[in-house]
Amino acid sequence: MTAIPYTTVIGLEVHVQLKTKSKLFCGCSTEFGAPPNTQVCPVCTGQPGALPVMNQRAIELALLTGMALNCRIDEVTKWDRKNYFYPDLPKGYQISQFDQPICGAGYLEFPDPDQPEKLMRVRLTRAHLEEDAGKSMHDEAAGKADSRIDLNRTGTPLLEIVSEPDLRSAQAAKAYLTELRLLLTFLGVSDCNMQEGSLRADANVNLHIEQDGRSIATPIVEIKNLNSFRAVERAISYESQRQYDLWKATGQELGRAPKQTRGWDDTAGVTQPQREKEESSDYRYFPDPDLVPIRITAAQLSAAEKALGELPSAARQRLETTHELKAYDADVIVSQGKGMVVYFDKAIEAGAPARRVSSWLQQDVLRTLNEKNLTIEKFPVTAKQLAELLIAIEAGKLDNSRAKTVFAFWLEHPKADLAMAMNELGIETVDDGVLETLCRELLEEHPQIVEQVKAGNLKGLGSLIGAAKKKNPNADPKQVRDLCQKLIMSN
Amino acid sequence: MKLEELSAVELGRRIAARELSSREVTLYFLDRANRLDGELNAFIHIDSEEGLRLAESADNAISHGDVASPLAGVPVAIKDVLCTSSMPTTCGSKMLEHYQPPYTATAVKNLTRAGLVPIGKTNMDEFAMGGSTETSHFGLTRNPWAKDRTPGGSSGGAAASLAAGMVPLSIGSDTGGSVRQPAAFCGVCGIKPTYGRISRHGLVAFASSLDQVGPLAHYVEDVAAILQLLSGHDNRDSTSLKQPVPRFTAELNKSLKGIRVGVIHEHLEHEALDSEVRAAVLDGQRVLEDLGATLVDVTLPHTKYSVPTYYLVAPSEASGNLSRYDGVHFGFRSRVSAALESPLDAMIARSRSLGFGAEVRRRVMLGTFALSAGYYDAYYKKALQVRRLIANDYRAAFERVDVLLGPVTPRPAFQLGENTDDPVRMYLEDLFTVGANLAGIPAMSIPAGFTAGGLPLALHLEGPAFGESRLLNVAYQLQQAKFFNAKLAPV
Ligand SMILES: [Zn+2]
Repeated sequence: MTAIPYTTVIGLEVHVQLKTKSKLFCGCSTEFGAPPNTQVCPVCTGQPGALPVMNQRAIELALLTGMALNCRIDEVTKWDRKNYFYPDLPKGYQISQFDQPICGAGYLEFPDPDQPEKLMRVRLTRAHLEEDAGKSMHDEAAGKADSRIDLNRTGTPLLEIVSEPDLRSAQAAKAYLTELRLLLTFLGVSDCNMQEGSLRADANVNLHIEQDGRSIATPIVEIKNLNSFRAVERAISYESQRQYDLWKATGQELGRAPKQTRGWDDTAGVTQPQREKEESSDYRYFPDPDLVPIRITAAQLSAAEKALGELPSAARQRLETTHELKAYDADVIVSQGKGMVVYFDKAIEAGAPARRVSSWLQQDVLRTLNEKNLTIEKFPVTAKQLAELLIAIEAGKLDNSRAKTVFAFWLEHPKADLAMAMNELGIETVDDGVLETLCRELLEEHPQIVEQVKAGNLKGLGSLIGAAKKKNPNADPKQVRDLCQKLIMSN
Repeated sequence: MKLEELSAVELGRRIAARELSSREVTLYFLDRANRLDGELNAFIHIDSEEGLRLAESADNAISHGDVASPLAGVPVAIKDVLCTSSMPTTCGSKMLEHYQPPYTATAVKNLTRAGLVPIGKTNMDEFAMGGSTETSHFGLTRNPWAKDRTPGGSSGGAAASLAAGMVPLSIGSDTGGSVRQPAAFCGVCGIKPTYGRISRHGLVAFASSLDQVGPLAHYVEDVAAILQLLSGHDNRDSTSLKQPVPRFTAELNKSLKGIRVGVIHEHLEHEALDSEVRAAVLDGQRVLEDLGATLVDVTLPHTKYSVPTYYLVAPSEASGNLSRYDGVHFGFRSRVSAALESPLDAMIARSRSLGFGAEVRRRVMLGTFALSAGYYDAYYKKALQVRRLIANDYRAAFERVDVLLGPVTPRPAFQLGENTDDPVRMYLEDLFTVGANLAGIPAMSIPAGFTAGGLPLALHLEGPAFGESRLLNVAYQLQQAKFFNAKLAPV
């Protein structure tokens, strides 16, 4: 049986925890990792009579995000109650936004994972604010079935960013999430830490199958419990195949079966049906009478616009055009986050050549960051130091391998300047006379190589470099090579 | 000396002048309350110890020349719907039978800061849902004027405690008439201020967009004095008014010459209006005319929709507000067998079925239904639209008149048990009072003599938003000129 061609259609719902000091409707801290139920008050525990008071900072961060995502922003937005019973939801309703979200339709553009020089555009349906629920912890050890609830997280501000079903592959979904995270961290609106739950993604997936000249859609499945970008990618791939197999077996189409919720089991590598929270999922939304509608002022909008700064797409563009980096290189640097772009810019400002900065950032700096588990903000070698080093290489004062030695030295002794480091490491610039004497010695000691080179075989020059380094570690390999060749040919 | 025959302002004056101590005044009223409550059941909780502690601290402050307010040292009763960290707060429900709030309502805090002495929590219809104080889990309250009759509700305990001279001041709450109707039935004054005038922080919510705290007293000047202390912006309540609070006592003596008093056609000519109640209103009209006021006929054309509108808006909001009582976080929890297929759902359902009384369950079901998918537009949304029309009726009326005069209730206090089996008939008792809640305007009930059978009669005064000063002015002039009840019920 031949496989029938199909397209995977994916929409993502991303919950992002906004970086506010206090919760959305009370003054409690949003710090992660405190002992259970130590960051709570009458408001976030839903005590009778307690009332929500909106956190203005959450509005600012949502506006900033909405602008960066090209969203329509209406003048008035409001709060609604989403009603459902769940033990980690102390009020029995969640304060959310139903029909007037703070951010309306928008879009996100990012390099297409298959053709990095092209942009992929994903339309956004909306982005709305809501409060987070608490955490249920089930202690089923020894059959006790003891459930405990931690309300520290209850009331933490979330922005739910909903995309249109514009994504067509697991890789594209991952690329979208990667760009979204990059954008949000550039803006500083969220930590986007999946382990700590400050970024959570659900995927809506179905297939469009081409058969006999018509397009058949399979029932939509919402995949939850996606705890890493890798999980998103794997779960979507798995789910596409599962839906295809199921369609082959049953022929079930969209509309004939209800939307299903499935959870991703990362260890088993499968999606599994989840028990529905509310069978009918009628949340009986209605405007929250405890909160007044919010009027977004022109002043707020212009403040958000000012606070936007350079976004990842603009940074890529600038690195390509102003600094003549390849699209790929610009993307690698920008993808490391705003800190890396700032570091790059400082190095350029200090006079280092862009391409050399780019290659050092992508190799030595990135490798060290990964090895030492550091962020660029905490990197011991400053952009100015690196620039000084790269300028010295460019001027032929030291070669790449000696430069790497200086770089390694700086990691241990960050206070040293270039002269100190070179002095400490015994690195000095070899002057032309000394170099010529060295090369003449080498040629005398290796007559067979001289013969080979004369015969047109230049390979042997390489081994001369090794020998030269033994005599004088400061000898520049390129200069040794060039000078030796010149001496042989002129002989 | 019969302290119960003095006004609260006079008690405060004598305490400030140290002619009386707060301790002796508090002891006196505690003694009366304890003695009379066996028969009336106006209180759910009397706290002699806390009352005396606060009285002593008031005396102590006054002895140092620190008189916090004109009512410092005066005892007050608090409806059991306002959270108090020093006393349990039950809302008249089994659900909250053992609930001890971790915080105190702003309204109560404002009073204690002003040196008043809360001595107990008064009985009420369960979660303030009802008009007879018969739905309380802690037994019904009797009307001190006729013990086989209702004191009204839901603030029945507040009005009865005052009428019986158990306290000189009482605090209630009014969602659809819950201060004004019991005040009318018990022959005392009661005001529902403009929505947002008094903080709702710590007022256990029934219907958030309608709920207002309101004080009750024998004398209009006492109402003005305590309203002054209760009012003001609270940053813990987003719906709290930012408008400055006028000096309510300053205008009590203002002449009524030239003021325009509206006579509401739909209220005065209503078929359900009792003839003695109607006669009292006509009598009120004559007195006002004698005082120089002009009578103007006005119409509130949407009056007939006010009760249906109210009974959609209030239960809808209540269904959300009462969701927090799920047996998980606070309140009554029913035990269920862990062997059930879904023990959690069963626990929530059983806790709510057993913890709430019939009237609360009826309203929660009504509200849940009205908000359900497919019914929202026809019920809740339509109700909000009509609510706007009702508010517009009032706005139009207040372009022509300064205050409205009418009946508070269709008839005087009815027999206990009379409406128990007919909830709709019970709801229709709210006919004249719900309009002010729906429109968010201030309204007041003042005594107006007695029926031939000896039951208190009352007048209803309504004013435009923020118009409490004018209401109190008219009420004071009426009370001075004629309508002054014998004050205390014969207990
Ligand atoms: Zn809190």
